[in-house]
Amino acid sequence: MSVSRRRVRAIFRKELREYRRNRTIVTGMAILPVLFLIQPLVAVLSLGASASGGLAHEHELLYLLAIPALVSGTLASYSVVGERQQGTLEPVLGTPIRREEFLLGKALASFVPSVAISYAVYAFFLALVEIFARPGVASALLRGSDLLAQLVFTPLLAGWSIWVGIAISTRSSEIRVAQQLGVLANLPSVVVTSLIAFNVIHATLVVALGGAVVLLVLNRLGWRITSAMFDRERLITGTR
Amino acid sequence: MIYLIRWLIGKLRRRATSPAEPLGAVPGRDEPAVHARGERFVTRRKAAASDANRDAPALSALGLGKRFGDRVAFDDVSFEIGHGEVFGFLGPNGAGKTTTVRTLGTLIAPTSGSATVAGIPLTPDNGVEIRRRISIMPESPGLYLRLSVAENLGCFADLYEAADPGDRVDRALRAVNLADRASDACGSLSKGLRQRVALARALLSDPQVLFLDEPTSGLDPVATRDVHELIAELRRSGVTIFLTTHRLEEAERLCDRVAILNTTLRTIGRPAELRDRLFAKTLTVRTLIPLPEPGRVFADLPAVDGWRQDGARDYVVAVSDPSLAAPAVTRALVQAGADVLSIGESHHSLEDVYLELVNEDEEARRR
Ligand SMILES: Nc1ncnc2c1ncn2[C@@H]1O[C@H](COP(=O)(O)OP(=O)(O)OP(=O)(O)O)[C@@H](O)[C@H]1O
Ligand SMILES: [Mg+2]
Repeated sequence: MSVSRRRVRAIFRKELREYRRNRTIVTGMAILPVLFLIQPLVAVLSLGASASGGLAHEHELLYLLAIPALVSGTLASYSVVGERQQGTLEPVLGTPIRREEFLLGKALASFVPSVAISYAVYAFFLALVEIFARPGVASALLRGSDLLAQLVFTPLLAGWSIWVGIAISTRSSEIRVAQQLGVLANLPSVVVTSLIAFNVIHATLVVALGGAVVLLVLNRLGWRITSAMFDRERLITGTR
Repeated sequence: MIYLIRWLIGKLRRRATSPAEPLGAVPGRDEPAVHARGERFVTRRKAAASDANRDAPALSALGLGKRFGDRVAFDDVSFEIGHGEVFGFLGPNGAGKTTTVRTLGTLIAPTSGSATVAGIPLTPDNGVEIRRRISIMPESPGLYLRLSVAENLGCFADLYEAADPGDRVDRALRAVNLADRASDACGSLSKGLRQRVALARALLSDPQVLFLDEPTSGLDPVATRDVHELIAELRRSGVTIFLTTHRLEEAERLCDRVAILNTTLRTIGRPAELRDRLFAKTLTVRTLIPLPEPGRVFADLPAVDGWRQDGARDYVVAVSDPSLAAPAVTRALVQAGADVLSIGESHHSLEDVYLELVNEDEEARRR
């Protein structure tokens, strides 16, 4: 089986255009990151210089990993059911598109914006800390290992959330229900990253490597399961 | 129309210059012959069919059926449709027309029977190959309302991997007279305009078999006429068209053959054939004053099977062959000294056929 890049790109481009013109989605994508920025910003900016030692045991930065998980999950859980409600699935699925192409296009359209937004928010956060935090706080916070983990785990978490979101989306008939389920299904990821951020789970190299491997496996599984769950007939007739 | 002609000419030119165009590679569709009709040039795929597929029907179904749980959407449907034929698929609401279109369009799987679409057996594995060769204009347009008309079509041109998508989109839009609305958001279009965008979208892929599910529902008379002309033009260029409609005069005018579906196939044939099959041929005679002895006038005439009086001065004469019976009836009337006001063959429309069959089903159901 060969995947047509052109078809994947067609879905991807169409999807981004639709997102940009959908106010609910634009607001959602703006509000979520802001919500998750508040806690670490307040925490870090209110720290005195003397308290910077305490930061050594926390990973405030990792708390922001909730952003890729939730933003991509929300987008992905909208992706299929949104089209279904608009009645646009029938014409799309009537073209020679394969389900893999359709799903890849959808997944990329959730992946690229959520990873881009996440990296942008991290950069913004770091810039604020660098400028406004007491001396010492910034250097205590910005550890190379945390930054690396942040960069690596962002796409991994986003990928996993996307497969969960799309799987939910192909089986839902209501946008709202799908999005709520999507957020719910991604809460475990958020809880785990928060526990690591607040040092309840100790971040070690082993934990990091283990986490990365688990996420890689989950991503692969997610793709398999989502494409197995994709059923043209069910999507069009709403039965089975 | 002029745009459509240009479109077709453009297509012809590109076919001549780029044999590698995806659809050009479809058996029987390359090397289009040029056929001059007045000033019009139309690509003739029919004439170009010179391969093994040539004799195979463009579309066929054998005992095809689809159930949703206990509900039978359609059952035991069999037909064969030739290349370049316009086939009308008629039937009351809920008859199973849309479900048949979706089944043949590989969107849903049949629960019984078999079919070939564009010469390819309808199996789950052949879905992509079949969808490459057909296109479907669904019952509801299904446009991306936040995208512009051109963006909608551009997306589909890519999904069909059309060569030169921009040009393809322009020509499809001109074919439905929508070139001036290309940059409008689909959400801002009226129902009829959306319908036309959906039709343009169905033309993007240069299909061998085109499924049109009620293409003129909701269109104004001028737009309807344009769609009819477009269908006629596509037919001339060799596209096989499967047309579902509730407009019987549309079916009568456009279709080579029609089928009437009411869950099962009630009848199939040329519109004229169906009329003849269902209704006895009759002559209607009107005289100035009632005939004193009509029984004697109409007795023993060639090709006359019987007669009845219809009102005071009208007579309905059942005939087996109007061309034989009409002169004989006329002579007999003149010999009897009758003052004939009119004599004519009664005509039944496709609508009469349709209503007759559907009413029969309705009565059968009540009993
Ligand atoms: N997804 C479905 N689940 C259950 N029954 C269905 C489904 N889709 C169609 N049906 C039933 O199948 C039958 C045929 O429906 P279909 O839509 O094919 O009719 P139609 O001939 O296109 O009607 P219309 O002229 O109103 O468009 C109807 O009784 C319909 O209720
Ligand atoms: Mg229908």
